[in-house]
Order: sequence, then C-alpha cells, then structure tokens
Amino acid sequence: MVTIKELTREEYWLPGNSSCPGCPAALGLRMLGKALEGKFVLVVPASCTTVIQGIYPATPSRVPLLNIAFAASASAASGLRAALRIRGLKVPVVVWAGDGGTADIGLQALSGAAERNEDILYICYDNEAYQNTGIQRSGATPYGAWTTTTPLGKREHKKDVPMIVAAHGVPYVATASIAYPLDFVEKVRKAASKSGFRYIHLHAPCPVGWRFPPSKTVEVGRLAVETGMWILYEIEDGVLRLTGRSRVLLDPSKRKPIEEYLRAQGRFSHLDERDVEELKRYVEARWRELKKLLEERGGCLR
Amino acid sequence: MSRLVISGNEAVALGVKLSRVQVVAAYPITPQTAIVEKIAEYVEKGELRAEFIRVESEHSAMAACIGAAAGGARAFTATSSQGLLYMSEMVFWAGGARLPIVMAVVTRALAPPWSIWCDHNDALSQRDSGWVQLWAESVQEVLDMTIQAFRVAEDEEVLLPVMVCLDGFILSHAYEPADIPEQSAVDSFLPEKKPAPYWLDPSKPAAYCTIAAPDTYMEFRYEMYRAMKNAERVIKEVDEEWCRLTGRSYGGLVDCYRCDDAEVAILLCGAWAGDAKEAVDILRRKGVKAGVVRLRATRPFPTEDLRAVVEGMDALAVVDRSLSPGLPSILWSEVRAALYDSVKRVYVKGFIAGLGGRDVTPGDFIRIVHSTLEGFRRGEPGEVEWIGLRGGESGHH
Ligand SMILES: Cc1ncc(C[n+]2csc(CCOP(=O)(O)OP(=O)(O)O)c2C)c(N)n1
Ligand code: SF4
Ligand SMILES: [Mg+2]
Repeated sequence: MVTIKELTREEYWLPGNSSCPGCPAALGLRMLGKALEGKFVLVVPASCTTVIQGIYPATPSRVPLLNIAFAASASAASGLRAALRIRGLKVPVVVWAGDGGTADIGLQALSGAAERNEDILYICYDNEAYQNTGIQRSGATPYGAWTTTTPLGKREHKKDVPMIVAAHGVPYVATASIAYPLDFVEKVRKAASKSGFRYIHLHAPCPVGWRFPPSKTVEVGRLAVETGMWILYEIEDGVLRLTGRSRVLLDPSKRKPIEEYLRAQGRFSHLDERDVEELKRYVEARWRELKKLLEERGGCLR
Repeated sequence: MSRLVISGNEAVALGVKLSRVQVVAAYPITPQTAIVEKIAEYVEKGELRAEFIRVESEHSAMAACIGAAAGGARAFTATSSQGLLYMSEMVFWAGGARLPIVMAVVTRALAPPWSIWCDHNDALSQRDSGWVQLWAESVQEVLDMTIQAFRVAEDEEVLLPVMVCLDGFILSHAYEPADIPEQSAVDSFLPEKKPAPYWLDPSKPAAYCTIAAPDTYMEFRYEMYRAMKNAERVIKEVDEEWCRLTGRSYGGLVDCYRCDDAEVAILLCGAWAGDAKEAVDILRRKGVKAGVVRLRATRPFPTEDLRAVVEGMDALAVVDRSLSPGLPSILWSEVRAALYDSVKRVYVKGFIAGLGGRDVTPGDFIRIVHSTLEGFRRGEPGEVEWIGLRGGESGHH
C-alpha cells in the first residue's frame, strides 16, 4: 500500500489551470502525474480536460499531451503507441477521457482498442454527464439525475462501462474514485506495470454538474463509495476483487443509506420515494451479483 | 529496376512498401480493400517492417494515423467513399494538426443510392480539409505519386497530409505494366522518416492541439494556408527530382497534352484523362486544335499554372465527375474562379459526366469539345451540361 508520504512532491499538472474550484478532473490528473512521476504521454479527447488546460500557448501539463477529437482517443492512442514502439520508447501511453467520450461517442474506438489488446492505459474520469457542454446526460449518468437534457431526471440506469471493457477479456480493469487517491495511485501503478489494454474507471464528482459546493468534492466521492453507489474493485486477468473501502461493504448493513449520498447533491433533489426505491433496488442488485460472483466463483468472470 | 504488370491498388501498396511506411491503420471498403490486404501481406511476410493496426472503423483509422504521425512515424491509410466521409472529422484534424500522413483515396460514388463505382464526390468533399490532393492517371503514376506524396507531405515547408486519388475500378483494378524502382533509389529520394520538428517527444513535453482563442486561431489557419501555397512549389520540385531519378515527369500540378497550339481543351482530373486524350487525337486528325489539361492537384489548386496553360485558347471544357447541387459542379466553379482574373478570359463550359461510374467514351469527349466550341462561337453562357443522361436533361429518367 502506498502512503501519501511516498508520493513525489513534484507536480505534473500545474496549478493555475482553468478548472472550476473543486474540479475532480484536475484532482485526478494531479494524482495520475504523481503516480507515474511524469513518465507517460497523455491523449485527451474533447471534454472538460480540453478546457481546463487553458488557452494556447499555456499548458498545465508537464507531460507530452495530444488533444484529439471526441470519439478518437483510444484509436489515436493506438497509433501513438505504435509510433513510440518503433522508436523503442516504452513510456506508457495514457488516455484521459470523460464519461461521454468513453461510454457514448468513443465506445466503438474503445472497444476496438480493447479487443485488439492495444498496449495503452485508458482512464475514464466519470463525472456522470457531458459537463463541458453544460451538463447534458451521458450513458454514464445515473438513474434519476437531473441534467439539462433530463430536466425531470434520467429514466435509465448508468451504463456499466468497466464491465463492458472487462468482457473484452483485457489484462486489467479497475474502478477508482478521486476520493481515494492512494487506491487510485496504486491501481495506476499496477496498470502501468502491465502490458496490453488496461482500463481504469475513475469516479469524479463534479460540483458544477452535480450541484454541490466545491469544497465537498471528496466528501461526495466518499459517500458514493460508502453508500455502495460506486464500488471499488479491480479485475486482474479476469478475476475480480473488491478494493479499499468497498472490501467491507459486501454486508449491506455496513453501507450507509444511499439517501445520504443523494441528499448531498442538487441533481437528485427532485427525486420522489419511488425514484429512491428504484435506485436502492439497482444498487442492491449490483451488490448481490458481486457477492455471488465472489462467493461462488472466487471473483472469476470467465 | 524491374517491370511488372500490376493493378492501381497494387501500385499503391508497392509505393507504400518502397516508402518504408512505419504505421498503417486501415479498414476495408470496396474498391480500396486490395490495397490494405496487400500491405497486410507485406507486413506478415516481413517485407515491410511496419505496425499494422486493424482498426474497427475509418474514423479510428485516421485517428490512429494521427496518433502515429504525432509520435513521429510515417503513417498511411487508404479508403473510399463512405469510409472517407465517416473519417471526415479526423481528415480535417490531420490537416489542422499539420501531420504528414498519406492516404490513398480510391474514388467511389456516395450513397444513396448505393454505388461502388467511380465518382469524384468523395475526395472532393474533403477539399477544404487542408490536405494536398493529387490525382493519378495511370498505374505507373499511382506508384510514383504514392512515393512522391511522402516527400511532399514531409517537406518542412509543407507538413501537410497528402491524398493520392485514383479512380475506383478504372484505375484501382486496371492492370498495366509499370517500372518498379529499386529500393535503393527510393531510399535516396525519400530518406528514412525523421520525426517532424514537432512530435510527442517524451523528453520535450509539449501539449498539442490545445484551444486557440480568437487572437491566435487565425494564425494557425494562415500557416496552413501558406503551407499549401508552398506545396505548389514542392510538388513541382519533387516531380522534377523524380524525373532525374527515373526519367518520368508528369508536369507538376497540371499535365498538359497537346496544349501548345490548342484552341480548345478538355480540363479534368483522374484516369478518364486517357479517354480525353484519345478523343483529342481523333479531333486533331480532323483539324480541330484540341488539347487536354489534366489537373494533377486539386489542392493546392493550380491557379497560376492553369492561367498560363489556357492563355491564348478560345474555349475550355471542364468535365466534372462530381456534383455540387445548387452550384452545380465543383471543378467548373473552381476553374472559373481561377480564370476570372485572366487578362483575356477564356470561354469555359461545364459538363457533368460519369457519375456513379457511368461510362464516358472518347466519343463523348468529342461531343463535349464540339458543344464547347459551339457555345463559344454562339457566345452562349458556359453553363453546365449533363452528358449521357437517359432521355436528356428535360426528359423522363
Ligand atoms: C463529434 C463531437 N460532438 C460533440 C462535441 C461537443 N462536445 C465537446 S465535449 C462534450 C462532452 C464531453 O463529455 P465527457 O466526455 O463526459 O467529458 P466532460 O466534459 O464531462 O469532462 C461534447 C458533447 C464535440 N467536441 N465533438
Ligand atoms: S464542470 Fe466539473 S469536471 Fe468540468 S471543469 Fe468544472 S468541476 Fe471540473
Ligand atoms: Mg463527463
């Protein structure tokens, strides 16, 4: 287990960038930079991360960074990987994409790269909507959440992208949360130590889109995990295991009521009892599936 | 040097191999497929040391080429028609990012209705993307042009992607004898890929393709515009250098056939220039002083060369294998715009022919020349005429 003290004091995503106060993307990028100590190359599709870099010629990135079109990150990274391989450079190629660029428009390229087992690390920072264009629903927006295109709340549940990626049989898939930076750092390092297609889905509460004060980003992220709404796990070579805080939450009584998570955010403020029940049912079902998988098959997905 | 009978598609693949391309990412589509199949074979057999990325779409093919080129590699893809439109977002990206990628576009009609046959609307739809667009007439030219394309693209005064356009089936599947240059000759002409001045060098971190505010965006575009201007000179220089190496020159941006004393000329791009040339030979025997102006480049558009060539001609027949509904055709309007400032403006009449692979014969080109001369003599406006339309323009189809 890494400790905060072991992390470098060096910053690779510089302060003074254009992110909103309490931005989970900037937080995640900072952790990513420290985890790999600046030794990687970034590919970023259209998203908040395009914008928070600021305006030419400024950049907060101390690693080489290729911005690319919305749907193109996994394939651009595949090409970049090939080029670096030809040059004999082993430096990790890391995609840093939003949930829209991952679950929706970029899913085809992501699936293609995963199926080809491209030697890249793909990180999706999931702020559960198209935040950059002003909070529209994405496939990763949870049931009930208000967005500008779901003014009465989304009627569908969140698309389970990490499991979709896992179904490609890639060497490493993990979920993480910006509220648990050391868990994230560890997963990034483990992923970087492997080759082939690696995927980390990073839960990233966004104060602007989720309607909570910017000082509460980490708190909301923790509540997501503590209530079981977001589950921390990793899948190594097809075997799932819970990690960090989620390890102790298989027992439903250990989980905080999801209302605590919902109440912390304005985007759920309109939910009625039926909506809350639907979310509970969904969360319970997901945990039941996981429990079954872990107890009956030792977490083996294949 | 050896002489082989090969198809247009094989010529592209051979050109790619001789150019020692390092990354290929491609997706199948008729009539382009044979190119990537052949390249895959070269790679599997170890004849070409390249990374072959078997992407899941054309959008990804171009994205992968962009990633590869941004990583400093020599990258290639090929496509046609729907594939080109599907990748269009990334086509413009490659142009804007100034990445020296080469792409073969085997021209094919756009759906609906579905058609796999030759038409130029696919390639020409991308004419404002910042890609150099070159057009071949023969299998030999396809081979030579593919190799030349990398030199043009990678020239530091250019640094723009280049499309090598070849007519679907008419050229892609035509077998012709071609001289295959020695690898050593190509190596001397096209040295091993050095990374462009800017690439994602891990030892020199920089961010690429970030946001440009209104106070810098225009300068990026102006640089692209200037690079395209430079390409005019570089394409000619490369053509001349190739000639010194192989004895073959194609005339730079425009290939002029019997134009010196011509009173009328057919202007077009692509493989059907061969039929136009045949028509011109027949017309010449009958005393009509005709010629052919074949555009080898539609981007950069050869405005100055074109003015010089048609100076002194009475009339020009612009034959488009594409349509711009409401305009109504692409080369016609571009040629007219280019010639507007001529000292003595030549009469220009437009023709739309061969859409979706409809056959166009030397006889059609002869009729086109007569119609143009008639329009010129009568002083009619040079509006666009459809060739070979069933029932004629006012008829029932
Ligand atoms: C092809 C295309 N369609 C739409 C857009 C507009 N667009 C830019 S970013 C974005 C949303 C990004 O959402 P996500 O991937 O979740 O990242 P976030 O902004 O939330 O960080 C959209 C719709 C675009 N740039 N390109
Ligand atoms: S909208 Fe959210 S994710 Fe986007 S920059 Fe602001 S805080 Fe960060
Ligand atoms: Mg998002």
